[in-house]
Amino acid sequence: MAEHTTAEQVPANRESGPALPLRTGMWSLLRRDLSIALRERGSLAQPVLFFIVVVTLFPLSVAPDPVLLRSAGPGIIWVAALLATMLALDSMFRPDFDDGTLEQIALSPHPLSMLVLAKAVAHWLVSSVPLIVVSPLLGMLMQLPGDAISILVLALFLGTPALSLVGAVGVGLTVGIRRNGMLLSLLVLPLYVPALIFGSGAVQASLVSLDPAPHLLLLAAFSLFSLAVCPLAAALAVRISLN
Amino acid sequence: MKPNHRSELNAGLEASELECLRGFQSLFEGLSFAVSPGEALQVTGANGSGKTSLLRILCGLGLAESGEVRWNGVPIARAGAEYRAVLGYLGHRPALKGELTPRENLRAHTTLHGKAADDTRILSVLESFGIGRRHDRPCRTLSAGQQQRTALARIVLGDTPLWILDEPATALDDGGIACLEAAMDDRLARGGVIVFTSHQSLEGIRSLGQLALPGNRG
Repeated sequence: MAEHTTAEQVPANRESGPALPLRTGMWSLLRRDLSIALRERGSLAQPVLFFIVVVTLFPLSVAPDPVLLRSAGPGIIWVAALLATMLALDSMFRPDFDDGTLEQIALSPHPLSMLVLAKAVAHWLVSSVPLIVVSPLLGMLMQLPGDAISILVLALFLGTPALSLVGAVGVGLTVGIRRNGMLLSLLVLPLYVPALIFGSGAVQASLVSLDPAPHLLLLAAFSLFSLAVCPLAAALAVRISLN
Repeated sequence: MKPNHRSELNAGLEASELECLRGFQSLFEGLSFAVSPGEALQVTGANGSGKTSLLRILCGLGLAESGEVRWNGVPIARAGAEYRAVLGYLGHRPALKGELTPRENLRAHTTLHGKAADDTRILSVLESFGIGRRHDRPCRTLSAGQQQRTALARIVLGDTPLWILDEPATALDDGGIACLEAAMDDRLARGGVIVFTSHQSLEGIRSLGQLALPGNRG
């Protein structure tokens, strides 16, 4: 992901421009974000706890009927994953914006879009990977059969990168605004709809013994499209917010 | 634009006809100045006169309503990454992560800016700013003055030809100000360009120019 041949060809002795390749800058930013997240264990656990709590509310509120839960399960788990990711989004840029490090990131000679990508990857590792890890448990809670659970894990793995990437654009745009929580959700949730449709569609398809592959491929396509477009858009959004 | 953008005539930082608006009100307009290598420029003006806005425009973070900033004769908007590679900017926040130690902060910043992070050099620069003994404590446990010293160590470590410093003397004690003046003077002696704002007079540095912003004219 960090391959960027033009930056790597910059000779080390040149007077201007970064002496080290872009890869090193991205890796350093990724490692910095991860070590900060690991030192803040309390906030690290929040998205996954939120995810678990929201999903467990449904068997409690609707009838604990296995058939009903099974048919609603994929949608509920995906909606909860969307909300959990969204609540964690603000932490992608907000702390850096508040302490001034976002300015320093924007002033790095490396392309801001690639640095934003590194931050989105860090965000995905910190907030989405734990969701993927606990999702089989929640699948069992929602009475999903084994093969539907494996499709659920695969769908979350393919779809959640798009959530972090699309979210980066939303946070980039709203980070300059003080109380931005509601605005961010209004901006980002509609853009999450493709992931929701194909993600829960894949699990639903496997529940009725249909081929989930078309849904999964579309989900992967959505993530790849986000990977191509969102870093550029988010970099632009961050520059606007810093102005 | 002159093809030889490294000519002596254009060397340094140059601003021409800058205009900055806040809302519908003009903070300054028609602002032009040039700072040559080895010179420092102190921007003065009342609170709200646009000092920080000017420095952010010089960095390329803020956009001027009109006018242009040039580094060695090249407009900074066109130089892009090459300009950012020669720039060291200290904002009014120290830009340190509270969870990380000064040493980790400086290492992360250096590699982020495309330079190799040499641990012994990081430690010696921190030492020269009096943070040597505290380099392994999280930055949030440091006092405001110590954080400012760490932020200044970051600028020194960057070793860039251009420094843009927004209130570098904030929260510093006399010893800290002496460190700051020594670092700035050393930078100027090696042909650096410094633009800074300060409410304190930094007298220990050579060839200091002044630029007074007009302030609020209603």
